[in-house]
Amino acid sequence: MTSSQSHRLTSGGLIDRSAPLNFRFDGKTFSGFQGDTLASALIANGVKLVGRSFKYHRPRGILTAGSEEPNALVELRTGARREPNTKATTAELYEGLEATSQNRWPSLRHDVMSVNQLFAPIFVAGFYYKTFMWPAKFWEAIYEPAIRRAAGLGRAAGVADPDHYDKAWAHCDVLIAGSGPAGLAAALAAGRSGARVILCEEDFSLGGRLLSDGGTIDGLPAAEWLLRTLAELEAMPDVRIMARTTLFGVYDGGTYGAIERVNDHLPSPPEHQVRQRLWRIVARRCVVAAGAIERPIVFVGNDTPGVMMASAMRTYVARYAATPAKRMALFTNNEDGWRTVETALSAGLQIAAVIDARPDVSPAHRSLASKGGFPVLHGSVSSVDGGKDGVRKIAVSLTGGARAEVEADGLAVSGGWNPAVGLTSYHRGRPKWLDNIAAFVPDGAPPGMVAVGAANGAFGLGACLADGFAAGGAAAHDTGNSGKAGAAPVAEDEAFSLTPLWHVAGKGKAFVDYQHDVTASDIELAQREGFESVEHLKRYTTLGMATDQGKTSNVAGLAIMAAVTGRSIPETGTTIYRPPYVPVAIGAFAGHHRDETFHATRLTPSHHWAAEQGAVFVDTGLWKRAQWYPRAGEKDWLESVTREVKAVRGGVGFCDVSTLGKIDVHGPDAGAFLDRVYINTFSNLAVGKARYGLMLREDGIVYDDGTTSRLAEDHYFLTTTTAKAGLVMQHLEFCRQVLFPELDVQLTSVSDQWAQFSIAGPKTRDLLKEIVDPAEDLSNDGFPFMGAREVRLRGGIKARLFRISFSGEMAFEISVPARFGEAMARNLMLAGAPLGVTPYGTEALGVMRVEKGHIAGPELSGTTTAADLGLGKIMSTKKDFIGRVMAGREALVAPNRQVVVGIKPVDKARRLRSGAHIIPKGQTPGPGNDQGYVTSVCFSPTLSQWIGLGLVERGRERIGEIVHAHDPLRGEDYDVELCNPVFYDPDGGRQRG
Amino acid sequence: MRIVCPFCGERELGEFTYLGDAKPVRPAAGASEDEVFDYVYLRDNVAGETSEYWYHGGGCRSWLKVARNTLTHEISSVEPAAGAGARQPAK
Repeated sequence: MTSSQSHRLTSGGLIDRSAPLNFRFDGKTFSGFQGDTLASALIANGVKLVGRSFKYHRPRGILTAGSEEPNALVELRTGARREPNTKATTAELYEGLEATSQNRWPSLRHDVMSVNQLFAPIFVAGFYYKTFMWPAKFWEAIYEPAIRRAAGLGRAAGVADPDHYDKAWAHCDVLIAGSGPAGLAAALAAGRSGARVILCEEDFSLGGRLLSDGGTIDGLPAAEWLLRTLAELEAMPDVRIMARTTLFGVYDGGTYGAIERVNDHLPSPPEHQVRQRLWRIVARRCVVAAGAIERPIVFVGNDTPGVMMASAMRTYVARYAATPAKRMALFTNNEDGWRTVETALSAGLQIAAVIDARPDVSPAHRSLASKGGFPVLHGSVSSVDGGKDGVRKIAVSLTGGARAEVEADGLAVSGGWNPAVGLTSYHRGRPKWLDNIAAFVPDGAPPGMVAVGAANGAFGLGACLADGFAAGGAAAHDTGNSGKAGAAPVAEDEAFSLTPLWHVAGKGKAFVDYQHDVTASDIELAQREGFESVEHLKRYTTLGMATDQGKTSNVAGLAIMAAVTGRSIPETGTTIYRPPYVPVAIGAFAGHHRDETFHATRLTPSHHWAAEQGAVFVDTGLWKRAQWYPRAGEKDWLESVTREVKAVRGGVGFCDVSTLGKIDVHGPDAGAFLDRVYINTFSNLAVGKARYGLMLREDGIVYDDGTTSRLAEDHYFLTTTTAKAGLVMQHLEFCRQVLFPELDVQLTSVSDQWAQFSIAGPKTRDLLKEIVDPAEDLSNDGFPFMGAREVRLRGGIKARLFRISFSGEMAFEISVPARFGEAMARNLMLAGAPLGVTPYGTEALGVMRVEKGHIAGPELSGTTTAADLGLGKIMSTKKDFIGRVMAGREALVAPNRQVVVGIKPVDKARRLRSGAHIIPKGQTPGPGNDQGYVTSVCFSPTLSQWIGLGLVERGRERIGEIVHAHDPLRGEDYDVELCNPVFYDPDGGRQRG
Repeated sequence: MRIVCPFCGERELGEFTYLGDAKPVRPAAGASEDEVFDYVYLRDNVAGETSEYWYHGGGCRSWLKVARNTLTHEISSVEPAAGAGARQPAK
């Protein structure tokens, strides 16, 4: 069942009457046509009340016909696709559209919170600041939730967005914002000159005000000229026209942000299509033809449903054949407002009266009035009488003091036009004031950008076409396109005479910012309380801070402030303009970077094999690493990890360590270079040997560690931690290129080129024998601890073999080209089966390193020095290196620093937790006696108890001391003993064996 | 923001990493703690023309010296930073 479209004209408009569409608003079914917006369809059905206001819950109707709309915000769609604060004026109608009004309960017509209006005298500017100051703890618990329920906009869906969004790049010579007469003329000139052009239009129909206002161009009716022009542009291969696309931001270097609403005009996007696409457009020139926004006049009751911008009123009549009022009045201070009267009369509507604030009205309009049979009243609207059912009566104060009353069901208002100065001002540009149009216009623009037509204060059709054409041609020429642009389209300029009028004083609420319920008296109050600066005014009253960013309200607010302070409007100034021009969904900024594609995923060479083994993976930066390999019957991770550790310590195991950063260092000065970036010396490292190295930042704090091997006289191979792989490469390139250019050395990142496995345990050699060519000597003499060299594997593959140990066991690390990584894992399993070889994950790796007292991420915390980590003795005193001087600063060598020490619980059965604070025994924990904290813990299968490492004040001098572990986060307090951090095989015999 | 890499051409900001002021020169090996402190920590807070290090990690891995105006964000020159922080200019 659909209602009758009682307010639809029988002919005309740009709607497709052969394509009726059903939709629902607040549960009631209506019908409209293809080509309608939700707003125009509601108007066609006689709906005047569409929402309740933010603070006072006042009934509100539709004010505009574009993206500047402050009132007609709805929740569009249902369920997971429900989108709050959607402008009915830009939402395209589609079959089955569902919209709900916002900020009302239990219904739009009967809203309980409209009692807020009774308390209106206290809900003034700064109300929240003044009222809810005390007691402080009430704010979060009581005030804020209550205010949030009472005030506000729509409800978010509350569940994940089911749609996809995309991000894309585009490049062009000339970018044009807006497809009104100025934008189209610019596109014609630029396109004909051969430039690559992108034309963005936020509407779904191209043409801008031509669609509503018509006119004559090149002797043709505007509609015909539009068709001809679009056909010409569409035939140009290098002109791209993007409808439903709003240019929302301007960034450095000619980069622009645009949001394309690809499928918002459908109930849901077709399969495999995105809902919206965020464009980054790089343009060498940009022509802003974004038009102007008509501004309201502030008078009592100006928010009554049925009060509408004059230009919007004629858009609804002319473009959508919908009649917001059957007998309307016009309140104008300028010539342009009268066009609404002309449009209404030619659509057969009645005009109740025209209230013109100017002293004179043109003879043509006088005769129009007598022909149309309506009075022209010189004066201004002092108040509107009406309510949720719309306008009933309009009170007029006539020039000279008399009063009059007009009966009408709608009031069109025109206070003049404000050029859309957003895009031109986003680089902190401040627009300048033009007296003849009483409006701000761009005063310059970001590099490469120019504003034309109405966006530059040239409101006439002829001027728009001429300006646009000239700017489009110049932009094409500037970017090296010299084709013939031909003749500019020609039209006459309409008359524009305006007498500024911002505010009609009166008793009652007169709204400046409809969306944030800011009234003229709020601005006057702000001034009385000292908030005169526009930036203060904005923040104190929230003027212009709603989702519409004050597109209809800012200039009126400034004008009222100027009046009460006795300054001019340009003296009062504007606030800073910031993108985005329209709200942009977070989903569009994220694009496909969500869920599992939030970031890139790096897989180790043996990943697929590990997955087959049922490994549990852990995210380590971008990497997925096998954390442990559970076996059937194991009840938890601890049981699996314990088994893996025991298998390594008692036999042999292996672990994929390919995630370490790997860098080849080549060149005659490779050794000298490494001496400068590590605290210890590498130039004296023998070929075929590996050495542990520690790097500092220039401020003396430890940066990274790893092993470096010398594979040839002029070739070193260094490893970094997994976390710092990219950063160390960047740092070393900085040292090489910027600091030490005299060194002949080259760096190559080979992290992804090599698959590296740690093979550890007393039976390591037995396993390696099966992998490595029998000709290679793996004996303790032939390949001693810290040996490093290239070897040949069975089958002929060349590998790099390093006798280094993180686990403390007899161990090797073997590198093979990454494409053989998975085969290596499978071969280790195959060859190691008789030995009971056990793959182990990062947990077992971590347990064994804690047992050995090796430092890792938690100790390399960005606050520790080499000495803190027990590595002070490897710091060379014979050479300069990064961080040397700063590492010697008093505080970094102070004797009471927190240093790495071993920690074990006094009660052996107790579990340790990292993060617990260390307090002297017998003292009450507090910031004054906090002596450090536990950094790493594990259950040691070897010692059958929990052990840990910590950073503790003077820790190494206090071995054997019982201290207190205080863990307020988990509510735990227990005693621990400080001990040697090397819990296992302290003399290192096993790794040398 | 876009940077014209002398090796790769005009590229988008996301390919680059910012480091900071390119003016300080690393002191000689025998420099005092105060000199090194200044090198590590002291920076001018420039309103206007400044030179800074950018790393083209998403491209040729070159360190670049970019002359940029902090007020307008205008980039007036981009050159390889070879030796820019060395106490002796590159040979």
